[in-house]
Amino acid sequence: MSRVGVLRFPGTNCDRDIWKSLELKGKNPQWLWFEETFDPQAFEAFVLPGGFSYGDYLRSGALAALSPAMESLKEADQLGLPIFGICNGFQILCEAGLLPGALMRNEGGRFIDQWVDLKLENVSPAWSPLEKGQVHCMPMAHADGRFFINETGLQDLRMNNQIWLTYEKNPNGSVANIAGIMNKKGNVVGMMPHPDRALFDWMGSRDGLRFFDHKAVSV
Amino acid sequence: MKFAIKVLPKPEVLDTQGRAVAETFTRHGFDVKSCQVGRYIVLDVEGQNPEEAKANATAMVKKGLYNPLIENFEMEEIK
Repeated sequence: MSRVGVLRFPGTNCDRDIWKSLELKGKNPQWLWFEETFDPQAFEAFVLPGGFSYGDYLRSGALAALSPAMESLKEADQLGLPIFGICNGFQILCEAGLLPGALMRNEGGRFIDQWVDLKLENVSPAWSPLEKGQVHCMPMAHADGRFFINETGLQDLRMNNQIWLTYEKNPNGSVANIAGIMNKKGNVVGMMPHPDRALFDWMGSRDGLRFFDHKAVSV
Repeated sequence: MKFAIKVLPKPEVLDTQGRAVAETFTRHGFDVKSCQVGRYIVLDVEGQNPEEAKANATAMVKKGLYNPLIENFEMEEIK
């Protein structure tokens, strides 16, 4: 069974949701504590859950990005292992430099909690066997989710097919309607909305379940 | 040695806090041309000499006290 490391920081609050999501996909989730380094080769993939690490002090994700566990996660990236950040996890990956861009306060200045439709723009070679053009419905819940990148950065994202997901209707002023991106290699992906909050029909949608799968990566 | 670090959003980046402050005070009759809201950080750092202390403070700023994609910073020594 595939061992997937789930990183926990002080203030992470979607960790149990991620655990459940991974179990539903037949994975073997393992907790990873922010204060400790780990052996990246002991895992097949990693997830950074949502929440409010360090109470969003300094900038969302900025202090968590400096944790010892993140040093090990950077080694995992060097090995090309799949890494998936959701909401605060996405913010942490950007602050750590594992993904380009930054997540800023929503254009309207408010925390927004609503259902959104997301279009898959490009397929990540490492995470989730999703199809290009497919639309997924799930909740978003954030105040600091406005994706920002400068003009040249955006051109790079487009040229390298790094735009992973876009909002069908832009809720927060994100550049180019971006809801999720990937790094150049495609093994690191991040998204603001919560697939972990759309796992069963009774939750309103089970589209999110599709996101908790990764392809086998030979290390 | 103590250093004060001013961090402000880059002018080309939408500053939602600055906009909200400007709009609110404009409603109260003030003639606000623009407003930026940032952070003011005071650091007390060790060093063998003033140059090293300043280098340590600068290293901290660059390691994460500001985000170069969206912010600018200024640093000065204070008493």
